Amino acid sequence: MEEFTPKLVGARVKRREDQRLLTGQGAYVDDHHPPGLLHAAFLRSPYAHARMTQLDTSAARTREGVVAVLTGKDLVSLVKPVRAVSKMREYKETSFPPLAVDKVRYVGEALAVVIAENRYLAEDAIEWIRVEYDPLPTVANERDAAQPDAPVLHDEAGSNVLLSREFARGDVDAALAGAAVRVRDRFRFRRHATVCMENRGCLADYRAGTGELTLRSATQCPGLLRDVLADLLDMPEHYIRVVAADVGGGFGAKSSLYPEEIVLCAVARLLKRPVKWISDRQEDLKTSTQAWDEIVDAELGLQADGTIIGLRADVTTDIGAYSIYPWTATVEPIQTISFLSGPYRMPHYRGRNRGVATCKAPMGPYRGVGRPITTFVLESLMDRAARRLALDPAELRLKNYIRADEFPYKTPSGLVWDQASLTECMQKARDVLDSDATAQWRVQARAAGRWVGVGFATYIELTGVGSAIPVSPGMPIATGTEAAFLRVDPAGTVIATFSVAPQGQGHETALAQVVADALGVSFGSVRVICGDTALAPQGTGTYASRSAVLAGGAAIRAGQALKEKALKIAGHMMESNPADLDIRDGQVFLRDKPERRLPFRDVAKTAYAGLRRLPKDMEPGLEVTRFYDPFFGTASSATHAAVVEVDTETYAVTIKRYIVVEDCGRIINPLIVDGQVRGGVAQGIGAALYEEVVYDDEGQLLTGSLMDYLVPTASELLPIEVHHIETPSPTTLGGFRGMGEGGTIGAPAAIANAVSDALAHLGIEINEIPMTPEKLFRLVRAAGADGR
Amino acid sequence: MSEPNEHSQARPVTLRVNGTEHRGQVEPRKLLVDFLREDLGLTGSHVGCEHGICGACTILINGEAARSCLMLAVQADGAELMTVEGLAPQSGGPPALPGKTGQLHPLQTAFWEHHGLQCGFCTPGMLMTAYDLLQTNAAPSEAEIRAGLSAVLCRCTGYQGIVEAVQAAAETLRAGEEDQ
Repeated sequence: MEEFTPKLVGARVKRREDQRLLTGQGAYVDDHHPPGLLHAAFLRSPYAHARMTQLDTSAARTREGVVAVLTGKDLVSLVKPVRAVSKMREYKETSFPPLAVDKVRYVGEALAVVIAENRYLAEDAIEWIRVEYDPLPTVANERDAAQPDAPVLHDEAGSNVLLSREFARGDVDAALAGAAVRVRDRFRFRRHATVCMENRGCLADYRAGTGELTLRSATQCPGLLRDVLADLLDMPEHYIRVVAADVGGGFGAKSSLYPEEIVLCAVARLLKRPVKWISDRQEDLKTSTQAWDEIVDAELGLQADGTIIGLRADVTTDIGAYSIYPWTATVEPIQTISFLSGPYRMPHYRGRNRGVATCKAPMGPYRGVGRPITTFVLESLMDRAARRLALDPAELRLKNYIRADEFPYKTPSGLVWDQASLTECMQKARDVLDSDATAQWRVQARAAGRWVGVGFATYIELTGVGSAIPVSPGMPIATGTEAAFLRVDPAGTVIATFSVAPQGQGHETALAQVVADALGVSFGSVRVICGDTALAPQGTGTYASRSAVLAGGAAIRAGQALKEKALKIAGHMMESNPADLDIRDGQVFLRDKPERRLPFRDVAKTAYAGLRRLPKDMEPGLEVTRFYDPFFGTASSATHAAVVEVDTETYAVTIKRYIVVEDCGRIINPLIVDGQVRGGVAQGIGAALYEEVVYDDEGQLLTGSLMDYLVPTASELLPIEVHHIETPSPTTLGGFRGMGEGGTIGAPAAIANAVSDALAHLGIEINEIPMTPEKLFRLVRAAGADGR
Repeated sequence: MSEPNEHSQARPVTLRVNGTEHRGQVEPRKLLVDFLREDLGLTGSHVGCEHGICGACTILINGEAARSCLMLAVQADGAELMTVEGLAPQSGGPPALPGKTGQLHPLQTAFWEHHGLQCGFCTPGMLMTAYDLLQTNAAPSEAEIRAGLSAVLCRCTGYQGIVEAVQAAAETLRAGEEDQ
């Protein structure tokens, strides 16, 4: 087919989904009330680690409005246990029961469910379930968990260390022994909560007459859920429909299979009535997958002129109580050692990791997976090296970036970067910052006793991953393809259905732009539907910065295939050679004689009018399904710059300016891209300065409300300055690169470097986030300064 | 623990929502937001935390912004409420097709133009809070808008499009008043 020519792609098209969301007409899970609806409430463990010696539901069953009460033992005959399978060597597979059987492993783990006529009555009856616990020693943190005599959470694993892995290139120990400068530190990312504004929730509805089960869920991955539920419930896939209509944020936390989804499906099938469960905020903070909680010991070696010669690192990740499906406990720790070599030429490298189980909510993917911490570690080391070598930190980076002529570049862990604009992003960031003026301001402010600093962070990230690399290592499910299902109705409207499933990324608008361009019709004549496995049966969902690349590529393929057939029909109608025709703005026209034209809708009508009106041997109809697999995937890159001030009395960090210069390839919709970047940075700022999940030594969650877990409000944030270098990917259809996660990747590193710069005169170098006023106060105290 | 039927003694409630009077029987313990969503079918007000922090459930009660998750339905007896469903002028005709522009309030239009929403879950509470802000301060500064909107959490946008939208809507509304 011909080259893809963008027309609507690249335009600032206002979002089509906004109309319903702005008028209160969205369709989130909780907005559905089918007739006969029942409501579920879960009894959750107050202990971090305990054996259940008694679980008596008889009193609860007699309470007003109660229809059923089920425990883990009741479910054994209804569903198979979840096994988070991975073919990775040195990974120990474990079970994750939908309701705990015999033993609980974290505070909040579900052990029984009450089904009642309304949620109030279901919650009332929960209090009538009698449980006797025999408390077991708590595995409170990664340090305790890895001790040889530590209590073991999963007997079948025999140890709390559920995975370990190493990636290496060259001889890093010898290289570092010969380095002119070595910088090292122990870096720490504290545990993080995703906090989607819509809590998790789902609604299962089983129709006994047809045997169909429909699950509406606040999920990123309807296709993935459909596949695993078919297995767990032992039902044919085509009898299960998973729908994710409007979903209130995801950011990775809604990409895994959750116990409640399994329980509700089992219960709906058992009771033959629809059942809904909507999490409250405390449940969500206790049970949605959490992120990070990693310690990285890393050392970087450089020559005297600043050339990097090698990096070695040991990573420990607290993976919580269970390995999740389908990503498993390997998702964060493996990607951490995969991405640690960053955007630099790295001749010698060794990254080792361990994933350790503790009594906390399961760790799962969160916006950026592995990249936020690796960017923090490497970019912090780069600034330390610049200080030791008395070099400008930006110059040190420019010297070491992978050069334009070195792409495609294979990293020490085996990933391939197709192309990136590392130098261009940094140079543009310095221009936007006005480096000289900022440097002058910094000198003057410091002379006045203020603690001000500037920090940079550059990253490169793998996006739009194809089938060559599983999204999570050794994972048995296929994540490398997506499909576009395009159907033109006889009135000429294109109904474009996709198996990707957005949670605010604007697919209904962006993918309509791509389809309209590929086919040559107007934006208004393309309707996009996402997130319903009955309409788009093949594909998994929206995660890992993949939708623009995979669904966008499938949209181009399908649009071009439709166009080919439409031109054949039009050629027959116009008595012209299809090769001489084209479609633009919904009109088929003769290239040499544009006044000879035909509305596209006439072609659509003819396509369904029967053989008499069609070219000889042509099958009637105008619809296609096309798949796309980018195979390796592509790279996105950016440089972030932060200017900060630390208050000398309160130790609060204020961000004065925040600049992003990024290359996400060909931009489909600048409005949406800028929104994704800004929202990503906002989450990175929250992580850098405010947000931390805290468990005490007994495994009790101390941050179980939004008064304790601090999400930034409008008052804490500032306008983010976003600039683009637009280099179409050389490897993907349409030249798109994924970009949904990038903002969160760069922000903690850039802010930490800026704070370290602001406190450099005290000898303080940040190695941990969040940088709360209390932590900064302690650091300043330990440095022997009193703040003035 | 509660005894059976203690919560079943429904009380009569009469309130006006978006200009329409509603009468209902409601359990004393039922939250106002649950009454709006479940009994009246007004699902635009969202429940995000049930402890008064996230602001997704914000509506106007007798003209002032309030959390409908921190109030019982019986407490709203006799009150005049406004929810996101009442923000746009009512056209009386059939609803606009998805993707087509129906009639919107200047705040809704500005949110649309400035990309003031992504997942849309906080949007109803954000709109009602902004409406309340502009009622009391027709020409707020950026800092005043940020302080006013700090009552509602958004996890998607970083607030930038929202702040720009409220600035733009304030201008539109002021221009509209000058015309009259």
